[in-house]
Amino acid sequence: MKHIINVLVENKPGVLARISGLFSARGFNIESLAVGETENPDTSRMTLVVEGDDRILEQVTKQLHKLIDVIKVADFVGEKPITRELLLVKVSLTKGTKPQILQIVNSFPEARIADVGEKTITIEIVGEEDRIKTILDLLRPLGLKTLSRTGRIALPRGSK
Amino acid sequence: MAKMIGAKILVESLIREKVEVIFGISGGAILPVFDVLYDAPIRFILTRHEQGAAHMADGYARATGRVGVCMATSGPGATNLTTGIATAHMDSIPIVAITGQVPTYLVGNDAFQEADVTGITRPITKHNFLVKDVKDLARTVKEAFHIASTGRPGPVLIDLPKDVQIKETEAEFPREVEIRGYKPTYFGHPGQIKKAVQMISKATRPVIYAGGGVIISGASKELIQLVEKTSIPVATTLMALGAFPENSPLSLGMLGMHGTEYANYAIMDCDLIIAIGARFDDRVTGSLDKFAPEAKIIHIDIDPSAIAKNVQVDIPIVGDVKNVLRELNKIVKKPAISGWLKQIGEWKKNHPLTYKRNGKLKPQYVVEKIYEVTKGEAIIATEVGQNQMWAAQYYQYTKPRTFLSSGGLGTMGYGFPASIGAKVGCPDRMVFDIAGDGSFQMNIQELATCVHNKIPVKVAIMNNGYLGLVRQWQELFYKKRYSAVSLAGNPDFVKVAEAYGAVGIKVEKEEEVVPALKKAISIDKPVVLDFLIEPEENVFPMVPAGAPLTEMLRGLA
Ligand SMILES: Cc1ncc(C[n+]2csc(CCOP(=O)(O)OP(=O)(O)O)c2C)c(N)n1
Ligand SMILES: [Mg+2]
Repeated sequence: MKHIINVLVENKPGVLARISGLFSARGFNIESLAVGETENPDTSRMTLVVEGDDRILEQVTKQLHKLIDVIKVADFVGEKPITRELLLVKVSLTKGTKPQILQIVNSFPEARIADVGEKTITIEIVGEEDRIKTILDLLRPLGLKTLSRTGRIALPRGSK
Repeated sequence: MAKMIGAKILVESLIREKVEVIFGISGGAILPVFDVLYDAPIRFILTRHEQGAAHMADGYARATGRVGVCMATSGPGATNLTTGIATAHMDSIPIVAITGQVPTYLVGNDAFQEADVTGITRPITKHNFLVKDVKDLARTVKEAFHIASTGRPGPVLIDLPKDVQIKETEAEFPREVEIRGYKPTYFGHPGQIKKAVQMISKATRPVIYAGGGVIISGASKELIQLVEKTSIPVATTLMALGAFPENSPLSLGMLGMHGTEYANYAIMDCDLIIAIGARFDDRVTGSLDKFAPEAKIIHIDIDPSAIAKNVQVDIPIVGDVKNVLRELNKIVKKPAISGWLKQIGEWKKNHPLTYKRNGKLKPQYVVEKIYEVTKGEAIIATEVGQNQMWAAQYYQYTKPRTFLSSGGLGTMGYGFPASIGAKVGCPDRMVFDIAGDGSFQMNIQELATCVHNKIPVKVAIMNNGYLGLVRQWQELFYKKRYSAVSLAGNPDFVKVAEAYGAVGIKVEKEEEVVPALKKAISIDKPVVLDFLIEPEENVFPMVPAGAPLTEMLRGLA
């Protein structure tokens, strides 16, 4: 099962290596990892998306807790947190494809044009996973050339 | 406030932590610290290899319960420490390792004798620090000792660049530490403890499975009380030898791969396991699928990640073992288990731990005599291999912190330096290293350390001319194809001892054993006893790796 795990950590060098080390030592691939400072510059929040056996992931979560630089761990398993990811996508631009590309961008509030060049157009997409997937599926046949994504970030819903 | 250089702040901090001894070797990147140590009130024991220093700090910590300290220079000094650090990590032993590092402006430049020591030791320490600002140093040392010695203990490393060692600052020594991400749970949940009491009262075939956590937590007294109140028999792991007196009728001795038959029968047949400070290691459980099929499990441990790691647990209790047992003992009720105890008595009678005497020198006999001659009062360190298992099986441990062995990592070369560290920490105790001829040679150079520093440990080599445990596996599972296990080329250990200025005694016959041991004890010097034992003696019982615990191989015809 896919897990979204938020880890609140001390904003210090080496912390990222400690955390990724726990996953790599078990042969887990981290699907995405996003890190940034929080409301408090002393701390960073990391959002990890990992796929793996539930029991082993529970074990890894406990071991994350054990790291001295980890302040809090939340595995959003069984919950639907608010998630967002930012993508930059370069799509080839030809006379024929231009109207189609614009139509896709205009029909999804998640998508926006970030840059237009002679041969490519760069689209920025911010949204939840399934919407992003829909947009990418539409863009792909039009000549999707380069894709860069930040990885998901997540926060719980409501006042939690 | 006085201005001090980093090296001085470090040493001052160590004094404040009541460090009485440091084991280690100097070098270019840690010279400023050694200059301050020159007139500091801390004993420095110069070892002959940094691995020895780390194991000495570890042996000191295991024997005394205090934090052991070792020190090395950057690069090769630090990498030589790593086996010792990993050994301490696997067995949750509190040590603080201090390493010199190249100056901060060279870090990452492949400078001379540079190694990424915090990177290398990240997975084998409980925590580590690279101190880049001298202002952080005093607090870092305080935190290092706190982290090493509390919660589930473990090694902590401080990497200290040379320029930080000579940088001056106003020294401020904190009294308290506050680490927001580090708050171990010390007290068990009262509701869980109540549930455990109920489960215990209903059990008909309960067993206590005690692990090294009992010793680390200092909870032997509480464990004995629990047994006095409930009459539940106790099996211990290798790491817990001495946590419960083995001369008690309710002791089952050690369980697991080379455990007693009755301990393994009891754990496999029981309806309740009370696991205390143990982690269901594969050497203990054998095949997990077939492990204790009818047992419910209560698991007490300070480390939540140790609970439910390998087995499903019915009642987890996170907390310090000593505190949890205290609370449990207040309300625990005795279960009705006379039938079970009778059954265990029969197993004990019918399947005792024995070996065959045939006039040749048997290692089991030697260990029994070490027990008798020392009246069970010695601290025993072991190497790794058959020697370790015989030391575990044939010496009766009755007190905690008397059996020092690398259980988790299984490090050959551990025992001798560990015995030196133990003797430094407990100078009034008799200290033996029960050794193998292979393992001893992995840190034999520390003979110089103990002779020069007058640390009179006794090394009892079970000299079989083989990497014996590996030979045993090859005999049993690889059709006796002995591949690279002969130690032909061994030195004459008596001469080696003498060359270092220690005393060497060779023993070839049973009747020489006791006189040789008595002589060794009477000499106030390091003594190497070279016991030429039967070369192909095996360790039994033995559960083959991955088999269920009931499938024990027995050696006796
Ligand atoms: C550093 C290290 N290398 C290799 C091993 C694998 N190993 C385990 S036991 C053993 C043989 C030990 O030989 P010896 O010290 O003579 O003890 P014996 O089994 O003969 O009593 C070996 C090689 C190990 N445990 N540690
Ligand atoms: Mg040997």
